[in-house]
This record gives sequence, structure tokens and C-alpha cells, in this order.
Amino acid sequence: MRGKREIKVAFVGNPNCGKTTLFNAVTGSRLKVANWPGVTVEKKEGYASYEDCGLTIVDTPGIYSLTCYTIEEKVTRQCVMDDEIDAIVNVVDASSLERNLYLTLQLLELGKPVVLALNMMDIVEERGMEIDLHRLPEMLGGIPVVSVSAARRTGLGILLHAVVHHYEEGPAGNILTYGEEIESRIAKLEVMMQARFPDHSSVRWHAIKLLEYDEDVREEHPISVINVVDRSYEKDIIQKKYAYIEKIIKEVLFHKEKKAAFTDRIDSVLTHPIWGVPVFLLIMCFVFFLTFMVGDFLKAGFETVLSFVAAEAAGALKFINCAPWLVSLVVDGIIAGVGGILTFIPNIVILFLALAVLEDSGYMSRVAYVMDGIMGKAGLSGKAFLPMILGFGCTVPAIMATRALETEYDRRKTMLITPFMSCSARLPIYVLFSGMFFPRHSSAVAFSMYVVGMLVAILTALAVHGLEKGKVNDSLLIELPEYKRPNARTIGIYVWTKLKDYLEKAGTTIFIASIIIWFVLNFGIHGMVENPADSFGAAIGRGLVPVLAPAGLGMWQIVVALISGISAKEVVVSSFAVLFGVVNANSATGMETIVSSIHAQNPGFGPVNAYALMIFCLLYVPCAATIATVKKESGSWKFTVKMVLFQLLLAWMAAVIVYQAGSLFFV
Amino acid sequence: MTLYEGKAGASYRVEGVFVEEAVTRRLQALGINDGTWVKILGRRKKGAMIIQVRGTRLALGRHISSCIEIREGLEG
Repeated sequence: MRGKREIKVAFVGNPNCGKTTLFNAVTGSRLKVANWPGVTVEKKEGYASYEDCGLTIVDTPGIYSLTCYTIEEKVTRQCVMDDEIDAIVNVVDASSLERNLYLTLQLLELGKPVVLALNMMDIVEERGMEIDLHRLPEMLGGIPVVSVSAARRTGLGILLHAVVHHYEEGPAGNILTYGEEIESRIAKLEVMMQARFPDHSSVRWHAIKLLEYDEDVREEHPISVINVVDRSYEKDIIQKKYAYIEKIIKEVLFHKEKKAAFTDRIDSVLTHPIWGVPVFLLIMCFVFFLTFMVGDFLKAGFETVLSFVAAEAAGALKFINCAPWLVSLVVDGIIAGVGGILTFIPNIVILFLALAVLEDSGYMSRVAYVMDGIMGKAGLSGKAFLPMILGFGCTVPAIMATRALETEYDRRKTMLITPFMSCSARLPIYVLFSGMFFPRHSSAVAFSMYVVGMLVAILTALAVHGLEKGKVNDSLLIELPEYKRPNARTIGIYVWTKLKDYLEKAGTTIFIASIIIWFVLNFGIHGMVENPADSFGAAIGRGLVPVLAPAGLGMWQIVVALISGISAKEVVVSSFAVLFGVVNANSATGMETIVSSIHAQNPGFGPVNAYALMIFCLLYVPCAATIATVKKESGSWKFTVKMVLFQLLLAWMAAVIVYQAGSLFFV
Repeated sequence: MTLYEGKAGASYRVEGVFVEEAVTRRLQALGINDGTWVKILGRRKKGAMIIQVRGTRLALGRHISSCIEIREGLEG
């Protein structure tokens, strides 16, 4: 009996052509997708099977060309050149066929089997364009061309069939000749390559790359080519390719002028020279309005469940005669610490839902254009604003997204300011404290944190830029995709992934942190203590009280909460819950208990103190996971430590200023 | 004249790209070569612009647009 065949397939395509959506659809996995470039920065593997054939599928970062000037290009090029890759699926955005075909022509030269997956054909049809599906494969050397819709999951079976079938057939021939001057040189180089590397699989491609002065290929294949390669033929080769593409487009694409109207109309508002920035701020304002107002409206249900669970758990534990300390650990430690965090789920889900819609619609890369003027004055390109917006969700992926930036300098500067963009973990702190101390204006106060965060980020970048006397950065270069209706499945996957992360964090980091906090607050040098004021936590906290006193935060409980918040920012809220024995900090009674407990310790603690606390939480050291990511991405402990110290100092200064100035005006 | 001096709504023919090596190559890969037609879709007064080239929209900063030499004329 014949064993199951195994082949390895790489998905390759331009940024933003739907590779990852297609990959998710084919393999059933759930990678994050966004409608702007630079989302996939590493290759990822998945698995699918068709008939008797098992397919390992590799998703690669989006690239425009098989050169090696960016990280993405290097990763992808290495991947497709790998001998393990048996076939290439070239994912093409059919709605911008002309530009996508440039990569296709390069892939065909590799000599490996290529299947063209024409994605987004639904958009092509919607716009009234037509593609001649008979003529296109003819002009591409007879490779299979399959219409798919990654979003609607159509054409997937046909695509896999083509891959499995075409894999057996082998590669297509040359479709493009470069004219006598270049072809004669290619022929000579091919002979030289074959003499030196007899088993080489893609001789023609390497010969062309040698003519283009490709550094990596020259290093890997040190053959003397001076007699043949008298200059770089790169420009000529590119122009020949595009000339051929123009010929293809003329023959296969009809009604292409129709498509732009819809995007142009939207862009005339969203990228307006004057209104672009206010419109962006309005959109963000609306996002946070939804997050706070609607989220608060929905949280009542969670509260009921949580108080029920806490009461039942306490009852059950007492019923089976558990030791009082264990009851306390479960109810006051774990349920208070973890459960309280779970009541913020509605806010978090709405926030991510809104961000996902913005990403998937194609608006995000417009933000890079709209913010380019302001960011440019701070020495960064508008592109640096993309990781920053991502930071509204979670700082960790935001820091990783800085990889899409061109220079190491831009990356570090963006890493420095991205943590000031208030992440979703800080949201519970704002909801809690603005709810407790600004009951009538809680949403506005919480929203102000996001504005302050953005301002601090931009001012920091401006200050660094001023200190270094840098030049204005005006080298923006980014593709703006066509607008499209957000896809429900894509958004569903995105929000679910984020929610899962949040639940996982609640179950791991916050769970453990809550236990540790409970321990630190219930034990002292003499064992378990009745009064938390005698605990280890109080002892540690008191040591730092004088430092935070000028910011109006001179309570050991706050110090303990802030320190534990470094594990994850939500833990600040968990700590308050554990500290004051509140089962659900996010409920009306919970808030009352916390306020009265704070007032019992410090009667003067009012709105100004609370605002200073929120400011401190906004700006101080990001969570442990972010610090680890910054270290990994920057590769420098020195930079990471400097960043942490800077943020601590800035948070302290800002909180002191807020408290001191606020006390003058409002007391 | 350079692309930076171009007007919104007008189409131009690229005569030469004179940016840093790496950016030039990227622009070439995106299809901006000698003889390519580009259309300015929108622009900020002294800043970035949005152009259409080969059926794709690109946002270009001032530095890049002022390094692309163009000629006025009618497409086709």
C-alpha cells in the first residue's frame, strides 16, 4: 500500500493581499490578520490535507519583491529558496493585479511549481471589473490560476487540488525574455553556475540575481563574473518585467477605471488635508465612548454571576470544614483578584471589536498618512503611528509591530513611546477609579487618560528629537489598500484571540499575582496576621511611602498595588480588591467599600489624588511582558533599563505635578 | 519638475527616481520606474501625498516625492 504523500507549500504574496486570511481558512488556524502591511513578521506553519496528500503550509511575511532589503523579504526569500518547499502558492490580490504580478514573475523564475491564488475576486466583481481567467494563465506559462475568496472560504478545495496536482506536473517554462543583451549574459551565467553547482535547482533565477548585483546571491555563489556582469542590470530587468505586466493587464483586465470611485469618495473625507486629523480623533473618541459607556452598561450581568460564585464558594468551603485561611485564600485572594478582572470583559471585547473593524476596513494605513505631518516633526514617519495605535489594545504586539519600521533608530524611538499608549490592561484601573471618584464624569475622565497618553508619547518623541537635533522625517512610504467591508469571520477570530489572551492572563499571571498578594498581605514575620497593617506587604509599602507622598499617593496600600501592577497592569485593581477584601471591585458596593477603606486610612484622598494615581498608572513601568518584549526586540539590556527608569521618573513627575497643581486649584 | 511640486488630481510621467538606493529599489518594486504614469490623488500642503500608480494607492512623504522627477502630459 502506498503511504500518505507529504508536501510542503509556501504561501507567498504582497503585503495585505489576504495571505494570512487564506492560510487561516485552509488550515483552520487562527492567526491574527489586519488590513495593513507588516502584520506577519515571522513565518508560521499550519497543516491541511487533500485526498491522500498531507500539506504542510507555511505562511510568510508579505513582500513586494524577492530582493533582500527588509527583514520580511529576507525571511520570505529564505523560506521559498529552501529545498524543503515543494510548491509555492502565490496569493494575489486580484483587485490590484498589476502590482501583484511583479512578484509572480519573480517567483516563476525560481523554477519551482507555482499556483496562483487569485484572492478578492469578489471585490473585483463588486467593482464591475473583469479578469480573463483563460488568457491570464496562458500568459503566465500555463500555471494553474484559481479564484478564491479567503474571506468567504470559496475555492479552497480547488486550490488544494491544483497544488497537489501541479506539484506532480513540475514547473512551467520561461515566459519572459529580457532581450539579446541580457539573455546572452544569463545564458553564460547559467553555464558557469551549472559547472560550479551541478545540482542547483534554480539556475536561471540565480543568474538573473547575479546580473542585478544581488549581494546575498553573490556571497553565496562566489563565482567570478566580471567578464559577464559589467554593470548592474537591475533597472533594465525590472522595467522588462513591468513592460510584460502591462501587456498582461492590457489583455486580461477589463473596466479597470471603475474600481477606484468608492475608495476615492471615502478618502476625500478621511484623508482630507485639514479634516484628516480631527476626523481621526473623533473616530478614536467614538471607539472609547463605546468601550466605556456600552461596556459599563453590559457589565451588570457579570457582577451578578460573580457575587453568586463568591457566596457559593465561601459557603461550600465552610460546609466541608476548610481551614479559615484556605477560605480566605480562595474568596479574598483568588476570587477577588481574578474574578474582579473578569467583570471588565465587556469593555475589553468592545474595545477590540472596534479596533478590529478599523483595521479590517483599511483605515489604519490612512492614519499613518494623516499623522505623518505631526510624527515627522518628531523625527518619525507616520508609519510609526501604527504600532502606537496597536498599543491601545496591548503593548506587547505593538512593540513587535515596530519591526515594520525601516531603521533601528526609528524602532527604538517608537518602542520608547508606545507604552504610553494606554493598553487595555490599564482600562480596569480607569474604570474603577474614575467610577469611584468622578461618578458623574467617569467616561470623560477615563477618556482623558487616552488623550494624555497620546500627548505624552508625541511630546516625548518631540523632546528626544529636539535633544538629538534630528532631521524632520519625511520619508513615508506605505501602501493604502482599497476600503472594504470588514469581514465578520476575520473580526471574530481577532476578538476571540484577544479575549482568550485576556482569560489566559487572568488564569495565570493575575491568578498567581493574586495569591502572592494575598500571602504578602496576610502574613508577617510572626506568621498569619489579623491586621494587614502588620503584614510583609505593609512593611514593604511603608518603605516607599515617602517617595509617593508628594504625588498624593502616600499610602502603603497604593505602593503595594503599584508594585504588584508590574506583573500585569490589571493586578493594580486585583490588589485593591484583595487589600480591602472586596469580592467585586467593579460593582457599586465594591467601589463604596474601597472608597470608605481608603478614607479610613487617609481622609483627604479625593479626586485629585485619584487622578494622580491614574496618571501614574498610565505612565509608569509597563508590565513585565512588555519589558521582556522590549529587551527581545531591541536586543539591549541597556536600552531596556534606561527606558524603564525614564518611564518611572516621568510617571512620578507627572503625578506630582498633577497632584500639586490640582491641590492648589481644587481644594 | 518633481512630483512634490505636482498638483492634486493631475497625472504625470516619471522621468527618474533619485532617492537613496534602498528606497529606489522599493519604489521600483512597487512599479515606479522611468516612464510610469502616476496620478496625485490628494496631498497636504507641505507634506505627504497619496498617489495612484499601477492600480495601487501609495502614500509618499515629502522627501521621496521631491526626489522623483516627473513630466506633465497626457497619459496614453
